This record gives sequence, structure tokens and C-alpha cells, in this order.
Amino acid sequence: MIALEDVTKRYDSLTAVDGVSFEVPSGEVCVLIGPSGCGKTTTLRMINRLIEPTSGRIVIDGRDVMGIRPEELRRHIGYVIQSVGLFPHLTVAENVATVPKLLGWERSRYSPRVLELLEIVGLDADEYAKKYPRQLSGGQAQRVGVARALAADPPLLLMDEPFGAVDPLTRERLQAEFARIQRELGKTVVFVTHDVDEAIRLADRIALMRDGRLEQYDTPEALLDHPASKFVHDFMGADRALKRLGRARVADVMTSDVLSTTDGTGGVSRESCKEARFFYLTDDEGTLEGWVDCHVLDAGTSPEEAGTLVDWREAAVQPDTTLKEALSRMLGLGFRNVAVVDERGRLLGEVSLSAIERTMAEGDAHIANLPEGEILGVPPEEGVPPEARAQLDEGVQPEEGEVTT
Amino acid sequence: MSEPRRAAPILAALAGAVLFAWVVSQQEIWARVLAEVFPRAARPVYPGATIAELTIEHLRLVGISSGLTLMVGVPLGVWVTRPSGADFREVVATAVDFGQTFPPVAVLALMVPILGFGLWPAVVALFLYGMFPVVSNTVAGLEAVPRAAIDAARGMGMGRARILLSVEIPLAVSVIMAGVRTSVVINIGTATVAAAVGAGGLGDPIIGGINVQNMAYVLQGAVAAAMLAVVADSLLASAERLLTPRGLEA
Ligand SMILES: Nc1ncnc2c1ncn2[C@@H]1O[C@H](COP(=O)(O)OP(=O)(O)OP(=O)(O)O)[C@@H](O)[C@H]1O
Ligand SMILES: [Mg+2]
Repeated sequence: MIALEDVTKRYDSLTAVDGVSFEVPSGEVCVLIGPSGCGKTTTLRMINRLIEPTSGRIVIDGRDVMGIRPEELRRHIGYVIQSVGLFPHLTVAENVATVPKLLGWERSRYSPRVLELLEIVGLDADEYAKKYPRQLSGGQAQRVGVARALAADPPLLLMDEPFGAVDPLTRERLQAEFARIQRELGKTVVFVTHDVDEAIRLADRIALMRDGRLEQYDTPEALLDHPASKFVHDFMGADRALKRLGRARVADVMTSDVLSTTDGTGGVSRESCKEARFFYLTDDEGTLEGWVDCHVLDAGTSPEEAGTLVDWREAAVQPDTTLKEALSRMLGLGFRNVAVVDERGRLLGEVSLSAIERTMAEGDAHIANLPEGEILGVPPEEGVPPEARAQLDEGVQPEEGEVTT
Repeated sequence: MSEPRRAAPILAALAGAVLFAWVVSQQEIWARVLAEVFPRAARPVYPGATIAELTIEHLRLVGISSGLTLMVGVPLGVWVTRPSGADFREVVATAVDFGQTFPPVAVLALMVPILGFGLWPAVVALFLYGMFPVVSNTVAGLEAVPRAAIDAARGMGMGRARILLSVEIPLAVSVIMAGVRTSVVINIGTATVAAAVGAGGLGDPIIGGINVQNMAYVLQGAVAAAMLAVVADSLLASAERLLTPRGLEA
């Protein structure tokens, strides 16, 4: 557990952090968020004593950090800095091994650990271990930065905009991987970001800061539903219901009960199709290749004509995808159902709009009770565009060739 | 995989050094060539000492002065980039700048009354003259180390000394070495002047030649010094390449 008690940092006339107190229970992710210059980095860096507080106390698992030698403290706290900061003269493997070496681990202990970590962050160890930072893309470098912070298996992780400098797609993937790693490792994490969606997705609790002060510290749901001030409300954004969809994953609401065949449209049975929306077509490995639209089949069309071939990368979601992303995929495809595949495109099941609505309703009754005409509580003008809603309601086919590859 | 790329220039530099050593040791060849070039000169070869002896003397002078420059200059450059020395940075920059702009001949003249004739006034003059590239490159190299790398090192629990030795110096070493190389090469040329205060070396035939109006003497000293500078330059370039960490190679 990390506890900040009335922590203040003053630079001459400027108060960068002003009387901030909060506690991060063990195993939870606390996201520090707020406008640029509000003191997020300063707060984070006081935890591992890269910055000394002017006043106040920081306590980790009952020990005041001021009583621990800074180097010693830092070796037991993983740290991902705002600009990655890999050592350009060392290989990826040597970069990751930095803290284990500082802690005096034998090579026989840290070598396998390094390879394991590269795999954990989604890099092929054989390919990347011997590369140098300049040979990496921005996203790969950030993965290495995360692996390096995790190297000595610290119980505590400080991450300063770890996915800041990458494109939205890579960012989305890195977030999904971080969420997966966090589910497996259960670290206590303090995570800084500018990005409200990122905060909502990853946080157990959000600390929203403004001008060095803590505006509100609570769960993402609470910040969305019960903002303590207008500032919090405005900062979190108006599309609250859509935002909270960013917290749930496809895995939570998907069904694996789907029809599929490996025999092409020839394997589609008209009978069973009556029960479902889609009959999925896969290859022998189970990789999603397309589907037959049962509504179209019902109308008397032949399976060949009712079939569509798709690229799973575009037409399906993965279990780690957020419901927000899944909904946006549905809108793009124009269906109320979307296939779920694993990272190699193998069909796992599907997720439906009604399932998304149901979980929302279960999780929070007032959303289900919203007046007619607001899908998921999103007023039409700010969430789902009306024409897309019409599509969803009628389940119309997308334009010819829209998703066909 | 980049082994051949690294090895070839180094082998070439070593071969150059061996060739130079051989040429310098062949007094006969010098005599014959100089006789060809200056057919009317009565004594085309400098009689004071063999080219080999002069070269060794020259190397000793350069070795001592450049060695001192390195031993003082690099730590000085490191110190003024540390918090403890930051206040002295301007003073040091001005001092080394002055050291280079102040004519070495004048330093020699000023040192003789204090240190007498011989090696030492020359060492002092060359030491001061060579400081500028070493100190300024050390500072520039350390300043160019990415802040993020140092910050990450600190954040992972490295102490100051370890950050200097295992992050900053490796990242700055090629710039520092470039400064050392410049300093040594300048030094080899400038050291010929030191013969004026009796420090010996390849400046002897040059200054002797000027005194007795024998251009053959001047030429042999100048050619040998120039060759020595080229050889030292390519050897130091190889060292620079060897010391540059793999990850930084373009
Ligand atoms: N060493 C320093 N000296 C003086 N002022 C500083 C120092 N470090 C930070 N500040 C000031 O403190 C405030 C908070 O800085 P901090 O880096 O914590 O902001 P941040 O929330 O991380 O911003 P960003 O989102 O842009 O990274 C800023 O106004 C900054 O200018
Ligand atoms: Mg910051």
C-alpha cells in the first residue's frame, strides 16, 4: 500500500503539488490524471524520492520513504519514465537486466527472466533481445521500457505516460496488454496519463489533479457519475455512458455459443441458422474467414449469396477489446453482433449489442431507466449518430464491399 | 555481423603505424632520398641524431604532455558537468580557451626562467595548448547524453558514480575521444616548436635547418612530424571506433 499524507512540493513561488493525500491499496491501479502542469509527474517522482517533498509524508507498506536510502528504494520500485529513456548503448536484453544486475543477481537468474519479460510484454525474445534501442519502433521501445520496470518483479510500479508517444492503434494494444499483465501480476501501480479514456480503462481509482491540488480521488464510475466539481465533470467529458463502456471488456459479455463451419457456405445449415444471427465460416484452424447472414438466408437467398468473406483484423474484436471499441466496431459494420477472435484470428464467439446493454443495465440501473431514444444513455447528438442507430435497429447489411476483402 | 566493418580500418591504421616505424628506422633511405631531392646540399641529412632517435624523443614529449592533458582535462570536463563543479564551468571554459589562444611559443618563453631549458617548459606549453579540445569535447559529450537515459538510470536506483561510468561515459566516449584525437594531433605539430627551448624531437632538424639555412634538415623534420601526425590520427580514430558502443554506431 502507498499512502501520501498531505504532500506538498514548492519551487520558490510555485507550488507544484499542494497538500495531496491519497492511498493506493495493494494490487490496485491508481491513475493520476489532470491538465498539463498540474503536478502529476512531480507527485509520482516524490514516491521514489526522485523529488523530495517540501512537506508531508509518503508511506509505502508502513515505511516512511524518507527513512529508506533513495537508491535502495528505487531498486524495489519499477519506474517507467515519461520519455522511455532506454539506454541507447545497451541491447534490449541488457536494458531489461539493469535492475537485476544492480541487485546483484547472477546471470543464470536474470537471463531467463529477461527473455520471459520480453515475452510478457509481447516481444519475441529471440528477435529482440540482441537489438539496440535505435532499431526499435516507438511502440516496441515502450514495451521494453515496461519490461525493464518489471524486471526485478517489484511490488510497486510507477508509470509516467508509458504509452504517450505512440499512435492510437498501438496505444490501444499496449493498454490491452497492460491490463492483461496487471491481471496476471497484480502490482500496485501509480500510472500518469493525460488521456481520460486510458484512465477509465485501466484505473481502479483515479486521482484527478488540478493546479497541484487533488480534485477528486475515487473509482472511475464515481468520477463519471458523481463528479465532485464542475471541473471534474468537464474534465471527464460529457459522454459518460460511452466512457464507462471503456471499462468493460468483451470477455465479460461475450458468448462462445455460436454456429460455425469449416466447410464454407456448403456447411451452413438453414435449420440451425434460424436460431442465430450469423453462421461463421472458418478454416481448419478455426481462423475466421467470413460469415453467412442468417437473416438474408431466411429471406430465401442461397448460402453462397448470403455469405460474406472478411478479414478478421477488421471485422472482429478480441476478448480484451473494450466494449466501447466493440460498440464502435458494430456501428462500423452495421450489425448488432460482432465476432470475437483470439490474437491469431481463431473464432472464440461473438458479442451482441443486447449483451452490452444488459451488462450496462445490471451494473447500473439508472442507465437502463433512461428515457427512450437514448441508446446506452447516450443522447443521439453526442454518441451514436442517428443513421447508425437506424442501421443497428434494423440490422441492415453494410454497403456492398464495405467489409468484404 | 559488423565485425569486418570494425576490423578493416583498425587493421589499416596498425599497418600504417608499422610502415611508419619501418620508414623511420631506415636512415639509409632518408639519406638517399634527401640526396636526390637536394643534389647540391653538402650534408642533406641532419647530423645531430637519427630520424628514429628524433621521433622517439618527439613521441616522449607528446606522450607526456598529452597524457597530462588527458589526465587533467577529462576529469575537469566531468567535474564541471557535476552539480559540485557547475559553478566553475565558466571559469574553466575561459581558462582552457585562453590556454589555446595564448601562443605556445610565448608560454615556452615564459616557462624557461621558471623551469630552465629542456623538456619541462615544453611539456607545460603543450599541456596547456592541448587542453581546449579535450575539456570542451568532454563537456559537450556529457551534455549530449539524453536526459531521459540519466533520469531512467536514477529512477532505477543507480548511484551517481555508476551513472557516470556505465551510462554517461559510454554515451559520451566517442565525442571525448574525438577531442583527444584533435588534441594529440595538434600537439604533434606544435611540439616541433619545443625544440627552441632544447626539448629535442623532430623540431630539432627544423629549427637547426632554419639556423644554418639547410632546407633539407627542415624537410626531414617536417615530413617525419607530418607522417607521425597522420599515423597517430588514424590510430586514435580506430580507438574511438573501438570504444564507441555498438548501439551507437550509425
Ligand atoms: N524543477 C522544477 N523547478 C520549478 N518548477 C518545476 C520544476 N519541476 C516542475 N515544475 C513545475 O511544477 C508544475 C508541475 O509539473 P509536473 O511536471 O509535475 O506536471 P505534469 O502534471 O506532470 O505535467 P505534464 O502532463 O505536462 O507532464 C509545473 O508548473 C512545472 O512547471
Ligand atoms: Mg508529466
